[in-house]
Amino acid sequence: MVAADRIYLREAPAKLLPAPVASTGVVGWVRANLFSSPGNIALTIICAALIVWIVPPLLRFFFFDAVWSGADREACLPSAQNPEPGACWAFIRAWSSYFTYGFYPLGERWRVDLFFFLLAFGIAWLAWLGAPRRDIGAIYFFIVLPILSYVLLSGVPIIGLPDVPTSLWGGILVTIVVATVGIVASLPLGILLALGRRSEMPAVRLFSVTFIEFVRGVPLITVLFMASVMLPLFVPDRLAPDKLVRALIGVALFASAYMAEVVRGGLLSIPRGQYEAAQALALPYWRMMALVILPQALRVTLPNIVNTFIGLFKDTTLVFIVGIFDFLRTIEAARGDPHWATPITSVTGYAFAAVFYFVCCYGMSRYSRNVEARLARAHRR
Amino acid sequence: MSKMLQLPLRSRQQWASIALQAALVVVIGGLAYGAFINAADNLAKAHIASGFRFWDNTAGFDISQTLIGYSPSTSTFGRAFWVGLLNTLLVASLGIVLATALGFTIGIARLSRNWLVARLAGGYVELIRNVPLLLQILFWYNAVLKSLPDLHSSISISGGAFLNNRGLFLPRPEFADKFDYVAAALVFGIVATLAVRIWARRRQERTGQPPRTLSFAFGLIVVLPLLVFFAAGAPLSFSFPEVGRFNIRGGTEILPEFAALLVALTIYTAAFIAEVVRAGILAVSQGQTEAAQALGLRSGSTLRLVVVPQAMRVIVPPLTSQYLNLIKNSSLAVAIGYPDLVQVFAGSVLNITGQAVEVIAITMAVYLFLSLVTSLLMNLYGRTVGIVER
Repeated sequence: MVAADRIYLREAPAKLLPAPVASTGVVGWVRANLFSSPGNIALTIICAALIVWIVPPLLRFFFFDAVWSGADREACLPSAQNPEPGACWAFIRAWSSYFTYGFYPLGERWRVDLFFFLLAFGIAWLAWLGAPRRDIGAIYFFIVLPILSYVLLSGVPIIGLPDVPTSLWGGILVTIVVATVGIVASLPLGILLALGRRSEMPAVRLFSVTFIEFVRGVPLITVLFMASVMLPLFVPDRLAPDKLVRALIGVALFASAYMAEVVRGGLLSIPRGQYEAAQALALPYWRMMALVILPQALRVTLPNIVNTFIGLFKDTTLVFIVGIFDFLRTIEAARGDPHWATPITSVTGYAFAAVFYFVCCYGMSRYSRNVEARLARAHRR
Repeated sequence: MSKMLQLPLRSRQQWASIALQAALVVVIGGLAYGAFINAADNLAKAHIASGFRFWDNTAGFDISQTLIGYSPSTSTFGRAFWVGLLNTLLVASLGIVLATALGFTIGIARLSRNWLVARLAGGYVELIRNVPLLLQILFWYNAVLKSLPDLHSSISISGGAFLNNRGLFLPRPEFADKFDYVAAALVFGIVATLAVRIWARRRQERTGQPPRTLSFAFGLIVVLPLLVFFAAGAPLSFSFPEVGRFNIRGGTEILPEFAALLVALTIYTAAFIAEVVRAGILAVSQGQTEAAQALGLRSGSTLRLVVVPQAMRVIVPPLTSQYLNLIKNSSLAVAIGYPDLVQVFAGSVLNITGQAVEVIAITMAVYLFLSLVTSLLMNLYGRTVGIVER
């Protein structure tokens, strides 16, 4: 037979065929992630419907139909060219300087701006992990900046800065001041409390544990009430601190109890060998802590510290309840202005506040996640 | 030998430590003493009484939501305290139940293989966690519920309910005496269903036959009480709300303050619980899911029978702290005037009596107690879901 001596042998490998269209590229991704099973298809359709139902009206409200400029409420009321007006951004624009400075005197507002700048500088110095001389940065942030800010904001008449009583402070200024004081005071206090809780001295330990557990067990609002109604009772009349200072004390004490637990978590993560090595070098307690243990513990727990700051930043809104004009309170005050009273003024005000808080908190949480990823990478090596 | 060498060093340290502790005690004692002296002085100057005698005095102010009998003219401050405490417990317990349900749903949705579902859940968590709770409460109260139509243009909901800016008015069920039989039948149904379930589970362990108790449960819990209900002559009527000129009469009312607080607490805490649940589920190793799939379990059963029970061990401790946060956050009620413990007691009672020290101390003690009880209960629960070591 002729066929017997014919051998079919492939001389070159078969040509590679592309994977089926249905399993790669956009189509494959859509099939795998959105339409992999009947249940999944139903979920996808429900979610898509939800998005179509919610997103366009929101966009229309906040952007397309929004009123961007105007002199008073007339601009934000339904009119011929805008029958269903969206957010009344003109209202925010009209009140924006009140939202930022409260009743801070017009001529002195450069001091607030300078304070914002000095603060931003300090935060950038500390937050940028590769910045030069971060130890000086820490001294600047925790010692120089508070003194400088006090001189700037409150005023020292002798050097030509007139007094501005805290009752005139308001808006974002107060929110930032409360948050910053909380941060600047809570970190050192929290470290001391955390060390006290792990101390071998029973009186110190008892005090720290009682303080931390007590403060963490009660709502911030009761701590603020305590600071604002009980503190004036506890000191002689002439020493009674003003309203803002009382709230600051409450916030600082509250935040330091939470910070203490975060720092303690960091201390617990340091292996025993580090303590023993430091003791073997005959380092006394405070130098051991300052030079060996705390630098490591704080670095490990930095993401948690930032998360505590996020909580603290959100909690600053509670000073509102004890009658301090923080940012949220200025929104509340402004939305009641009859000059701008429309059905959408409240929603606009709250939306603006939400954007402000979201940007600050989300920024901090992204930062904390970056640091976490960096630490994880450093750890793996 | 070594003892002799160590002795001076040790005792020097001991002396330093004793001195430090003594200094701490003296400073704190001094501060407390100074505070006490000043407080006594200031209170005497302001003619404010001290002690707890105010507890039995007539309160004289009204409270908008009372779960127990309360009248402004005869009830005492003590009664007002209990009214406020019960309102706190009501909103906190409902909030815990709802936030847990929503939080578990969203936490599981964040891990869904459906891209859109996971993204939506992620967006929810990011948005809600980064906006202060107080702002959310004010938003729900002032921007949503208070902008509902007023009394005269109330939205009428089918079934005889009304919705306006004063709240949601629902028909109030009024039970006749014979309704007890229906309730008894319901209790019997539930108990019997539990018994059937236990029996079915035993049988499954013995024979491997899956339990089919759904129709039993339906019959016992739904059909049986319904039969009894009609046999007893439908002993149930409703008091329907009616719109009057100045207010709504009859029915039962859900205050907008209550609704706003509950919605905000639920939505806010659910975002945190979702993160706790997600972390817990991620902590269960992938091999467990693969093993369950290899045994032929569907994805729902895998989640319910294999993943979640193991994840619960990781979830319970942080979940407890979320519950504690919710209880403490319910005190934000004071911002919108929901009569919770802080608003009634640390607000109205404090303002009327002026006895700040006593009132704040009691309020704080109550929250500490609530935190303690919640932690205790959750620890007990944590023990039941904890891993059983062989």
